[in-house]
Amino acid sequence: MKSGKFWAWVVFVVGAAYFFIPLMATVEFSLRMRRGVHSFDAYQVVLGDARFQSTFLFSVIAALCTIILGVLIVVPAAYWIRLRLPQLRPIVEFITLLPLVIPAIVIVFGYIRMYGSNSPLPFLASNWGANALLVIGYTTLSLPYMYRAVDTGLRTIDVRTLTEAAQILGAGWGTIITRVILPNVLIAVLSGAFLTFAIVIGEFTMASLLSRPAFGPYLQNIGANRAYEPAALAVIAFAITWGCMSLIQILSRFAPKSANRPN
Amino acid sequence: MADPFLSIQHVRKSFGATTVVEDFNLDVERGEFVSFLGPSGCGKTTVLRMVAGFEEPSAGTIVVSGKDITRLKPNQRNVGMVFQAYALFPNLTVAQNIGFGLKVAGMPRADIDARVAEMLGIIKLPQMADRYPYQLSGGQQQRIALARAIAPKPKLLLLDEPLSALDAKVRVSLREEIRSIQKKLGITTIFVTHDQEEALSISDRIAVMYGGKAEQVGTPFEIYNRPATKFVANFVGTLNVLEGTVTDAAAGTVRVNSEQVSLKGKLNGSKSGDTLSLALRPEAISLGRQPGRDSSLSGEISEVHFLGSVIRVRVGIGGNTVSLDTFNSPATPPPAVGEKAEISFSSSDMLVLH
Repeated sequence: MKSGKFWAWVVFVVGAAYFFIPLMATVEFSLRMRRGVHSFDAYQVVLGDARFQSTFLFSVIAALCTIILGVLIVVPAAYWIRLRLPQLRPIVEFITLLPLVIPAIVIVFGYIRMYGSNSPLPFLASNWGANALLVIGYTTLSLPYMYRAVDTGLRTIDVRTLTEAAQILGAGWGTIITRVILPNVLIAVLSGAFLTFAIVIGEFTMASLLSRPAFGPYLQNIGANRAYEPAALAVIAFAITWGCMSLIQILSRFAPKSANRPN
Repeated sequence: MADPFLSIQHVRKSFGATTVVEDFNLDVERGEFVSFLGPSGCGKTTVLRMVAGFEEPSAGTIVVSGKDITRLKPNQRNVGMVFQAYALFPNLTVAQNIGFGLKVAGMPRADIDARVAEMLGIIKLPQMADRYPYQLSGGQQQRIALARAIAPKPKLLLLDEPLSALDAKVRVSLREEIRSIQKKLGITTIFVTHDQEEALSISDRIAVMYGGKAEQVGTPFEIYNRPATKFVANFVGTLNVLEGTVTDAAAGTVRVNSEQVSLKGKLNGSKSGDTLSLALRPEAISLGRQPGRDSSLSGEISEVHFLGSVIRVRVGIGGNTVSLDTFNSPATPPPAVGEKAEISFSSSDMLVLH
């Protein structure tokens, strides 16, 4: 038993070293811009760059739009499948997993062919259309995470009985979803939202191939032409991702507690 | 006679090829408390869910207060319901839960607050308004669920096994409370249960259900003492069933074991030589010959269980075994297993099961 514990610690330390050493090296390298001393010069340059601000803002707005679209699609769909169409669950789960299997580049080439300026739905003929297509693409990419988060949240409540309790009290579908179901899965929805945010902020393929001024292509561009700034950007992107994960953990403590606790 | 308040006529419900409710008929008067009693799978909850609007009948009509509600959606019926699993909204406080239906109906805030306070007073939990459901015991949660159901003043209150998730002591106190609130408000109530004691103790009438049909509808007294079918007799209360053979149909005599029992007027067209199932409640049987009991049977004591104030004795009579209870008397020791014994009863207490 003791030897088992020892090896568990060894595996943990090796895993932690594999994860943290490159990270620490990146952080350390990002601080070396000024010769001979550690400084935040690289961060100052990056944060002061107008392109950083505009691309980051673009990606944040794209992420928020993706989250809204994702919630509007996934919450009613997952709710309805749990309530009325449980037999469709395996099929829907399979469909939501497809973005993990099909590379983003395949999806985006499909979009370009389907929605090019000569197609019946010429999304790519205008900036707004291309932005909308980007958000739709991001929603597809985030589907595995958003669907699973919401479905897990729905599993913790008695969807059918709560729905019936609200119905018998006079509530229609809109009231049931907004005042009964959504508040009870809000923490799960927020978990999905932060995962979506983390994915969208660093996404490169779709934004680049659709020629959108997003943060991912900016990261790539800086990485190809500068030395210290890419390291600073990597640390910033990493901090944003970790910040999102931490928020998920914090928010999960505020989830409504199940009331089904018979005597 | 005035029209019934709730009328369920020829209601049938099938799920695919399976019919779970068959030609169910019931009239309920205003203010009446009717229980649906039956084993699991008998269709009692399905009938309740059709009255609530969660299931649509395959055939038949449901009329409340003269209005056909058969095809109305649940939120258009003005019916209150209490669920087995409480179904309180976890994200809302007790006051918000009780006021939910009132808010949906668009009642002004001040009126909602007043009605919620009134409901909390009725269920005797006035201090719980700001608690969340997870901070309450099961009994308290079910009281809140009851208050939430009756707050919008529904025409009809439906209770779907509301006590089955609670412990025995809470069940008894809460069922008495439910009955007292129902009487106070005069609200017509349908109560679904598989617990006969619950149904017998609080109902005005009971519909005993089996195989998707109402086997018998009657007062608790009628259901217990005059069961209409073999199923009702077996399901409600403890019953001793004896096999007997009609010896003289005209005179109404039946042979049980080797002794004659007179059942004049109860044989209902049976012919001499027919085999009948005869039933006796344990409390209708005495050990030994007792004055006022016109029939007796001889046998041998096969089991004796001392239960404190009561002694349960089982007596073997031919191929039948009869169970009876006698009160404990400190001066008299309980009978011994193997002793010869005679049991006596009034033939008028004997039921002929068809």
